Amino acid sequence: MSQTDCLDPVRKALLDDLDEGFAELYSAHRCVVFTTALRLSGAWSDAEDLTAEAFLRAYRALTGYDSDRIAALQPRAWLLTILMNLWRNCARTRSRKPPPDLRDEPIETPDPREGVEESAVRRETGDELHALLGLLPADQRAAVVLRHVVDLPVAEIATVLKIPQGTVKSHISRGLKRLRALGGAR
Amino acid sequence: MTHHATDPLLARLAGLGVDAPAGLLDRVAARWVRVPGPVGDVTVAFTDQGIAYVREDHDGFAAAFHDRFARPLLPAARPPAGLVTALRTGRAATLALDLRDLTPFQRDVVQAARAIPRGEVRPYAWIAARIGRPTAVRAVGTALAGNPVPLLVPCHRVIRSDGATGEYVFGAAAKERLLAAEGVDLGRLRALAGSRVFYLASDTTGIVCFPTCHNARRITPAHRHGFRTLPQARAAGYRPCRSCRPAA
Repeated sequence: MSQTDCLDPVRKALLDDLDEGFAELYSAHRCVVFTTALRLSGAWSDAEDLTAEAFLRAYRALTGYDSDRIAALQPRAWLLTILMNLWRNCARTRSRKPPPDLRDEPIETPDPREGVEESAVRRETGDELHALLGLLPADQRAAVVLRHVVDLPVAEIATVLKIPQGTVKSHISRGLKRLRALGGAR
Repeated sequence: MTHHATDPLLARLAGLGVDAPAGLLDRVAARWVRVPGPVGDVTVAFTDQGIAYVREDHDGFAAAFHDRFARPLLPAARPPAGLVTALRTGRAATLALDLRDLTPFQRDVVQAARAIPRGEVRPYAWIAARIGRPTAVRAVGTALAGNPVPLLVPCHRVIRSDGATGEYVFGAAAKERLLAAEGVDLGRLRALAGSRVFYLASDTTGIVCFPTCHNARRITPAHRHGFRTLPQARAAGYRPCRSCRPAA
């Protein structure tokens, strides 16, 4: 999922024509953004909402950027930063409301809008592991997803999560340890 | 990625990547098309919710769209289903519209205007009464002047009660042309207004209508009675028509 080869055409397109550039930005990074949203939020419909909102905010921000700022942009890290902010805000809003009793419910309730094909894809790509990720504390889950699901380098994760690289590494290793412990019980 | 071969957990994590569902981009970006309209070509922007913006001017379209909606605008492969027919026939009541950027008041005004059939007109005051804001006649005019989807929401069918056409997004002349093409006789309306007739009643049905109502157009001269106000028509024993709803 390495995007380094695509960064320059995207920025070039953005500088050339914001709307066409945005379409390039979307096709270059939609996988990473959607996968991160899905594995963090746990639900298909939440991942769609988060991804659409993140890209819309990105576009609205870009309309206010001058060409120097666009040229200096690291699109993937920047998009994921927007996504992480949205996810944190959304999680915070939910935690304020008294949650429904989730103890008897599975981590992910199937979304009625999720098509057969999508749910098949999801099952193939590890429903169980997806559920285990939901049991990790938020910062460990974010670090593990960014490092090992979407394959970001530690330095970029530190930028996205706004924490030191050492902290990223410790979140990753604790997260992996927890996942192994949870998975080892099977 | 080589360590995945030796670590099944990392290999499984790497397998959790999913592509975004098809169509997700259309929740963010709108699409545009240029299509024929009743008064020349129009450029139309639409989202996954429906038609959002219709304007004649093509060169300034993208800038005006961006100002108003702050969304990316990409070319569409084809017009959305039903658009071209709705523009040609003037019947667009079932076409999906994206009116998310309107205020609740603007949305009410637009929805009320949407119900006016082809070939008929209503006064601004009727819209105001219809949405429960009878004193907001001027605000109705302003809301219709900013109608994002003219032709599809037929704001050209809302005119002044004296038969003058009033403002229009595409200009007053276009409004007259559109109404004439739909079969509205503005000259007759103005003549009626000149003799202070704003409602027509039939003594065979006992019903009072707006003059352009399809029921009013069927009344033969011998049975036709004109009224200045609805209370006068009611006092003479007529009840308001249920299709053009002069009582709103």
